[in-house]
Amino acid sequence: MTTLLAAIPKATIAPELSWLGLAILLPLVSAVVCALAGAFRCKNKFPAVVTSIALGASFVVILQAYLAYSGPVVVPIFQWIEFAWGSGGAFKSFEANCSLYIDSLTLFWMLFVTGLGTLITVYASEYMEGDRGKGYARFFFGISIFLFSMSSLVMGDNLVMLYLGWEGVGLASYLLIGYDYHRPSAVAAAKKAFIVNRIGDLGLALGIFMLWANYGTLQYDELFAAMNAGGQSSVDWDISVIPFLLMLGAFGKSAQFPLFVWLPDAMEGPTPVSALIHAATMVTAGVYLIARMFPFFELHPDALATVAWIGAGTALLAATIGMRQFDIKRVFAYSTISQLGYMFLGLGVGTTFGACYHTFTHAFFKALLFLTAGAVMHGFAGQLDLRKLSGLRHMPGWKIVSWTMFIGCLWLAAFPWTAAFYSKDVILLKALTSERWDFVLLGWVGLFTAALTAYYTFRVWFRVCAGPVKYEMGAESHGAEHDGHDAHDGHAPAAHAVDSHAAHPHAPRWCINGVLIILAIGAIAAGIPAYREVFFHEPNWAQEMMAHSSAVDGAGLGAAHADPHGSSSGSPDGSHHATVLGMDAHTGLAVVGSAASIGGILIAFVLHLRSRSSADRLLAWLKTRPLIGWIPGAMEHKWYVDEIYHGAFRLPMWLGAQVLSLGDKHFLDGAIVDGIGKLPILVGKVFRPLYGGVLQGYAVTMAGGVGLVLAWVVWIWLRGFN
Amino acid sequence: MNLPVPVPFTPAAPAELSIALAVSALLFGLGIVGFLSRRNMIIMFLCTELMFQGAALAMIAFARQYMDVSGQVFVIFILTVAAAEAALALALVVLLYRCRETLNSEAWSDLGEGGA
Repeated sequence: MTTLLAAIPKATIAPELSWLGLAILLPLVSAVVCALAGAFRCKNKFPAVVTSIALGASFVVILQAYLAYSGPVVVPIFQWIEFAWGSGGAFKSFEANCSLYIDSLTLFWMLFVTGLGTLITVYASEYMEGDRGKGYARFFFGISIFLFSMSSLVMGDNLVMLYLGWEGVGLASYLLIGYDYHRPSAVAAAKKAFIVNRIGDLGLALGIFMLWANYGTLQYDELFAAMNAGGQSSVDWDISVIPFLLMLGAFGKSAQFPLFVWLPDAMEGPTPVSALIHAATMVTAGVYLIARMFPFFELHPDALATVAWIGAGTALLAATIGMRQFDIKRVFAYSTISQLGYMFLGLGVGTTFGACYHTFTHAFFKALLFLTAGAVMHGFAGQLDLRKLSGLRHMPGWKIVSWTMFIGCLWLAAFPWTAAFYSKDVILLKALTSERWDFVLLGWVGLFTAALTAYYTFRVWFRVCAGPVKYEMGAESHGAEHDGHDAHDGHAPAAHAVDSHAAHPHAPRWCINGVLIILAIGAIAAGIPAYREVFFHEPNWAQEMMAHSSAVDGAGLGAAHADPHGSSSGSPDGSHHATVLGMDAHTGLAVVGSAASIGGILIAFVLHLRSRSSADRLLAWLKTRPLIGWIPGAMEHKWYVDEIYHGAFRLPMWLGAQVLSLGDKHFLDGAIVDGIGKLPILVGKVFRPLYGGVLQGYAVTMAGGVGLVLAWVVWIWLRGFN
Repeated sequence: MNLPVPVPFTPAAPAELSIALAVSALLFGLGIVGFLSRRNMIIMFLCTELMFQGAALAMIAFARQYMDVSGQVFVIFILTVAAAEAALALALVVLLYRCRETLNSEAWSDLGEGGA
């Protein structure tokens, strides 16, 4: 793959654009206001209003920046870290300014981060209303801190700001997963997320150190220039480990194979948090990191291939687990891991365009899906088991939820002509037309995963939204507050007695429904760039955004700029010569992809709507097969990954901790600290008989002492004083 | 201290000094043996007086030997202190006797470290 470093546009310094800093500042201000509201025991929806307004304003700022965008700029805000040692100069000084690096990749990310952040805050204002006066302000403080961190992660002009944001979103994620800190499972999930992310963050930190040691700067523009110039190193280290270190960070944050275990547990957090942080935005930070640092992933020939393998493997693994989960949010969590796997597959096979476009489309439909799941959970007192919910679309007040969930499911299943169909198509096309056999194989794995995705997605929808009306309420007690609003929401059943509240679902109102509709429209609109490309042969907007950033290498337009019909293997244009199943690659993939999606949906239809008992019969039959009988159980138990980690890492560490703890208790504390304390007592015990209380005893001691001194003097005298 | 020394006062012969020192050591030895071997507090007190006198005699002897009155001055001080101390010690012995109705010093060994 050819490095197109020269094609990365050079940024200009534009201090006059410092108003862009508002995009970072506003969430911070809102965080402070929410914290104060919490401190003053605010009982109303004030924190939600403040957060929505601040995030909305920050979205407007980004929109304005997008409309006024003319080329990459560096916007200095203030000097943050700067010091030099020795004689100063290269490798003898360190500088990290609080500056913004605004290029099309930044704007691409910030548009959906702030946009979805605003929408989900509005949704959460209703969703969290039961907690007013309790955790309400704390919740919106967390959301604000998250948006602040995410903005500095994406907009910062150097890796130090990225790292600041990276840790900040990790903190926000921890705080919000553990939002309901009375539940031990939520606390455990928060800890798990934080600790697993630490492993990835170690890689990221080491990668950043290595980058500085080799290029003497952490500012993006200077880094790309230094790399273009060949780089100069202050140390004699193997720089080809840099992509692997950065990759580890990305895998941790984006829940890829070795480190994905935290994301399903993160569903313990409130649903808006799952939608915003653990589906749409934070988990895509890994994709952003790789897209931003894409040139550096070519430092080692196998780095991108590793990303591709891990991505495809995670996609398949998570999809198989998702097929056998019963908790709706868990199914969606595994689908998120699986879709993130697609994005990494896209990055790995060299199409940043496909990966980032898929991130964009995924952000909308996955946030939508989570929010519909949240609406169900909110209305059914925490019920999320898809076996205990049925026929939602026939119930009054649940039409919007059902049909927006239907749209989300269609998009997630990559049904033909949906946005996700096209974004997934870009990734799979690139993989299947690759010259490397293993990428072709991974492409087929991706296609198979697409069929599984369609199946498990519609398993949820057919179970929950279709079929006969039947439901069991969850165990979550709602408190008295809900009785108040049910009376005037107009959707609740007429015979809604106060005492029977816990037995009846209550439909969502307009803050939830409105956001669901807007997100559904957003999910549909996310396909517009693809429609323009497919039907009008205009360049894809997302592709152009990538082509003018540091992700240019995989945007597929870089070579095309110079030569539209170039045969560069780095360009999808080259794929016109490739074939899939004997057809032209584009057509062939569209056919196969549609077949996978529709096939999966049909199987789900048969097993989970037409004849639900057949699903049980099929499962029972599968379990009696000798060779594959264990597979359904293993899938339900998440392939025992948690158990393996428990045995391989947690248990040895726990044992080691026990040993060290014993050593601490008995050696350090017992032998050394207490031993020194016991020494004077022991010495005292030796001399105590001398002071037994018998007067003559004392006198003997004294006389003996005098005698000894005397004897010593005499001895010296006999020796002759020398 | 250079006090005028009377003329007929001459240093003693070495033999006289050793006799005086031997008597002093004898007194001191008697005292210490008595102190260690007896349990009667009054006897023990007498023995300490005996040791005092032994020490005082040694000082007198050295003062005579080296023609220096500071030894004699010390002895005067020792006698004074011994008188005061005798008053105190006898009073103490009386008080102790009143508490335990005995002059045996072992009656008080429970005041020591864990007893013996």
